[in-house]
Amino acid sequence: MVQLIITCLLLAGGLFFLAVSNAGVVRLPDFYSRCHAVGKSETLGSMLVLFGLAVFNGLDANTWKILMILVFIVLANPTATHIIARAAYRTGLQPWIIAKRKMKTETAQIENQTPVDHFTMPDKKHE
Amino acid sequence: MNYLFPVVAVFIVILMFLPLYRAIKGPTLFDRLISAGQMGTNGILVLVILGFSYQRVDMFIDLAIAYALLNFIGTIAFGKYLERHRGGVS
Repeated sequence: MVQLIITCLLLAGGLFFLAVSNAGVVRLPDFYSRCHAVGKSETLGSMLVLFGLAVFNGLDANTWKILMILVFIVLANPTATHIIARAAYRTGLQPWIIAKRKMKTETAQIENQTPVDHFTMPDKKHE
Repeated sequence: MNYLFPVVAVFIVILMFLPLYRAIKGPTLFDRLISAGQMGTNGILVLVILGFSYQRVDMFIDLAIAYALLNFIGTIAFGKYLERHRGGVS
């Protein structure tokens, strides 16, 4: 019974952090801030959910497999987020603040000289 | 009490529609990539919870381990490819 209560608490916390992460991917304005949402909240939510399931399972051979998935997610999820963010930075994706400041200060002539980003959709470019 | 794990699995599947929206409508390519990775991580959790719901944990745990490895390797491969080839545009 105590096991079930601990499982319910850990699952509730994990679902809260998963909801925060999945809402942050939609709501945040920039790619790099979405990386923040994916890299940290998603990892913590997955940790809490998997640890709650390991507590529910008891001490078994499957518990070590669940903890193995937990350790792998903790190692892999921020690493994957970091690699995609580094690829985006090295291919020249501008952060939100810098792009906004450049739009505000420079003239339309210099804006035409800025390199065209090939990542945005053609209908979303002048939003 | 018997409905605990199916309810949790359905909640996580409903949450997976939010990164699907970002993967369809995302302004850049990297947004779509990172949304696909997040949907994969949610899918691992759904697999483990469905294993508890069907009471066949040992089979679903192995599927979840394989899916976690494939998700990580796919994301790493896409990241390194886009970093080397300048976003596929050169």
